[in-house]
Amino acid sequence: MCLAVPGQIISIDDSDPDLKMARVKFGDAIRDVCIQWVEDLKPGDYIMAHVGTALSKVDEEDAVFTLESLRAMGEIDSDI
Amino acid sequence: MKYIDEYRDKLLVENLVREIRRETAREWTLMEICGGQTHSILKYGLHDLLPEQISLIHGPGCPVCVTSVEIIDRAAELGGNPKVILCSFGDMMRVPGTHSDLLSVRAKGGDIRIVYSPLDVLGIAEQNPEKEVVFLAVGFETTAPAVALAIHQASKRKLDNFSVLNSLVQVPPAVEALMRSDQNRIAGFLAAGHVCTVMGYQQYTKLSEKYKIPIVVTGFEPVDILFGILGAIRMLEHNGYGVENAYGRSVRPEGNLAARELLQKIFVNEDRKWRGIGTIPDSGFLLAPGYERFDAEIRFQLNLIESEDSELCMAGEILTGHKKPSECRAFGIDCSPEHPLGAPMVSSEGVCSAYYRYTRVTAVHQK
Repeated sequence: MCLAVPGQIISIDDSDPDLKMARVKFGDAIRDVCIQWVEDLKPGDYIMAHVGTALSKVDEEDAVFTLESLRAMGEIDSDI
Repeated sequence: MKYIDEYRDKLLVENLVREIRRETAREWTLMEICGGQTHSILKYGLHDLLPEQISLIHGPGCPVCVTSVEIIDRAAELGGNPKVILCSFGDMMRVPGTHSDLLSVRAKGGDIRIVYSPLDVLGIAEQNPEKEVVFLAVGFETTAPAVALAIHQASKRKLDNFSVLNSLVQVPPAVEALMRSDQNRIAGFLAAGHVCTVMGYQQYTKLSEKYKIPIVVTGFEPVDILFGILGAIRMLEHNGYGVENAYGRSVRPEGNLAARELLQKIFVNEDRKWRGIGTIPDSGFLLAPGYERFDAEIRFQLNLIESEDSELCMAGEILTGHKKPSECRAFGIDCSPEHPLGAPMVSSEGVCSAYYRYTRVTAVHQK
C-alpha cells in the first residue's frame, strides 16, 4: 500500500491553484493525479504517484547515474 | 514501464549479488521495513541469491497489518450503519475483525465502497449529501498526505458529511521500538523508499547515530533492494553506520516539503496501538485542533466496542521479525488468503501472504 508508481504526465490542469491536477499515463492506464506538491512539472516528465497524489518528480540524472554505476560494476569485474 | 523495467535487469542483479558476496565476511541480520519490499524479496527470490551470512527479517511496514482490530471493528460497525457510506482501500476489505470483516458487512447490505484515492471520497460525499461518508484511513507517511489533502479540501468546501476513521501511523517510532526490544538482533535497516519520498531521511540520521546502525533508504524493485543491501553491508563490514540514500531517483534528503507542511497543519502526533505489537508512543497521526470535526470516532462516538484478536494468530511476533510465517501453527492450515486469521495473510504487503504466494515453505508442524 505504500507503493508509489512512476507515471508520465500527459497534460496539466492548474485552473484551481489549491488543487493542481494532471493526466498521467501508467503503462496502459491513464489516471488523474494531484500534482499540488511537486513543482516545475511539464508534460513528458515522470512523477512517482501514490493513491492519486504525486510525491516526487523522478530525478532522471540520478536514475541514469545509478544504472551506469551498476553496469560499470560488472565491467570492472570482467576487466579483473 | 520506464523506471521499473531497468530495475529488474538480470545483469545488474548479478553484478550486485557478486559485489554483496565479495563484501560480506561476517554474519548480519538486516530488516526491510516495508511490506512492499518483503514482497519483492520473496517474489524475485532475492533472499536465495544472498550469501548465507546475511539474514533478512521482515518489518512491520504493512499498514493494513498493523491497523488495530478495534479500528476494523469500528469500521465494520460504521459500514453496517444505513446512514453511512464507508469508503476504503481494497486491501482492507478482508481483514478480520473480532466478529466480521468489511466484505461480509457489505454482503449483508452495508454501503461500503472501494476507492483508489482519498480525493475520490470527496466526490462521493458531494453526490450523497443525505449520507455520512466516512473514509477508513490506513497507511504510513506515504499515504497520510493524501488523507490530509482530502481533509483540507473538505474543510475548504465545507463538506459537513465527510469524516475519517483514522489509523495512520509513522515509521520512525516503530524503528525505535524495535531497537529497544530485548530480543533485537537487527544490525541494519532498509528504510521504506516511499515513506522517505515524503518525509526525507533526516529523522533516520538521529536513529542511526543513537543506535549506531546503518540505515539505507531503499526502493522496491530487485535492483533497488540489492543496492540497499550492498550499502548496509559495506557500512557494517567497515564498522560504520549512517544513513545512505539508495533510491535517489525518488527521494530527496528533505522529502516533499509541501506535503510535510500539510501534514503538520492537519495532524499532531499521538500514541497509537499497532495490531499484534501494542502501543507505540507518538506513532500515530491525530487530527489537529480545528479539524476534530472530521474525526469519525468523535462524530460517531465509537470508542466503546470490545475487540479481540485471534488467539491462533502470531502476527505480532511475525511483524517484529522475531518469527517467520512458517513457524506459525496456523500458517497454510487454519490461515490462508481465502480464510485469513490475521491481517498479514490478507494484505498485498503482508508477510504471511508473501510466504504463501511465493515460497514453498510448509509450517513447522507439517514437516
